[in-house]
Amino acid sequence: MCDTCGCNITPGNEHLVQPGGRLARTGDGREAVTVLKSLLSENDHQASHNRDHFDRHGVLAINLMSSPGAGKTRLLEATIDALGDEFSIAVVEGDLETENDAERIRARGVEAVQIATGSACHLDAHMVHDALHRLDLDGVDILFIENVGNLVCPASFDLGQHRNITLLSVPEGDDKPSKYPVMFRAADLVLLTKTDLLPYLGDFDPQRAERCLRQLASEAPLLALSATSGEALEDWFGWLRGELRAQQERRDRGETARPRIQPDGARLHADMHSGHHHQHHHGDAASGGS
Amino acid sequence: MHEFSVCIALMQQVQQIAREHGAGRVERIRLQVGPLSGVEAPLLQHAWPLAAAGTLAEDAELVIESAPIRVQCSQCGAETEASANRLLCGACGDFRTRLVSGDEMLLADLELSHIDQQRAQ
Ligand SMILES: Nc1nc2c(ncn2[C@@H]2O[C@H](COP(=O)(O)OP(=O)(O)OP(=O)(O)O)[C@@H](O)[C@H]2O)c(=O)[nH]1
Ligand SMILES: [Mg+2]
Ligand SMILES: [Zn+2]
Ligand SMILES: [Zn+2]
Repeated sequence: MCDTCGCNITPGNEHLVQPGGRLARTGDGREAVTVLKSLLSENDHQASHNRDHFDRHGVLAINLMSSPGAGKTRLLEATIDALGDEFSIAVVEGDLETENDAERIRARGVEAVQIATGSACHLDAHMVHDALHRLDLDGVDILFIENVGNLVCPASFDLGQHRNITLLSVPEGDDKPSKYPVMFRAADLVLLTKTDLLPYLGDFDPQRAERCLRQLASEAPLLALSATSGEALEDWFGWLRGELRAQQERRDRGETARPRIQPDGARLHADMHSGHHHQHHHGDAASGGS
Repeated sequence: MHEFSVCIALMQQVQQIAREHGAGRVERIRLQVGPLSGVEAPLLQHAWPLAAAGTLAEDAELVIESAPIRVQCSQCGAETEASANRLLCGACGDFRTRLVSGDEMLLADLELSHIDQQRAQ
């Protein structure tokens, strides 16, 4: 995937790798280097490559995040059952251990790659990149990446997906967006799952869940559904069809899309390619700027 | 938690920059980590010595700064302070705001020293 890139050396940093381009030293002072790069710029960089890869194959990549057991795999099963003839779907499954979820997907006749993260509580762009080498994306319309069940860590790692979906299942309680703002702010779509359980959990108020979400300044749509009863799944399918159309249109225009809260990532990635700046504590004409 | 992965990524970045600058030691590392970054500063501080052990940043001072959460309202234009789970406009109360600061997760700058400096000292 990365063979044609050559982007390790950029116009901004090439002077650093050329002989003699290294900084002159100051007398006794330390050298202060201004960096201003994301702590995860290496991950973000790989994520951009993944996104290019998806765009080249005309694939819409969707990252599913939730706490463990909120119904990610069950929703994928229901989606494959309903839309398997309409679209070509592939799945990357992330779990700490086991092939269980990938096997559930394969049982439905869909290609699935399992990533066993071991001790890592989230997927990162490199793990997804490795998984892509085991997945044939030709002809695939939608790639679902099911992240590790965890409402904290996955939100920090761009994988190269176009859209983030966060699931909130009824048994978890309606105030989850207030308790996990970073995760819910990252969502382009929030799915309220297991609505068939609402009658048994009388204190779950879907409107309160939506209020908590809006208080995070999120305009993401919130859809309530049940994968087991099939209730309101059509709304979800409608959203998917719309996103797929939008992705195809973007592709025709040579554009891409990032999940909603990653404009900073985009900016930082651009910064990274322009290299970093440096300055010295003690004025030294010979040291110059970059 | 993912703070250890973040520390490992930071370590790789720091080492690369130190190499590019021919530095022998990293003396100080300054980060900016906002409350909405998804990373907890105390956990980073805690994980850092593990990631830095045996590297040229082993004795570096890790300084983590946090910017306050501020939002700008798309309706009335006001810029106000907000809290992590209440990002509403402080002036008109509207929820359609844009985060101005508070989600940064940056390696801000480094202080490096060179081998020959150390020898001279
Ligand atoms: N009642 C009800 N149960 C559901 C629904 N969706 C999923 N479940 C059940 O919830 C449990 C967990 O569902 P999964 O789909 O495995 O959840 P997950 O989010 O993939 O879990 P991890 O991958 O382990 O994080 C299973 O027993 C599902 O049958 C639903 O809509 N209604
Ligand atoms: Mg699952
Ligand atoms: Zn590259
Ligand atoms: Zn306002």
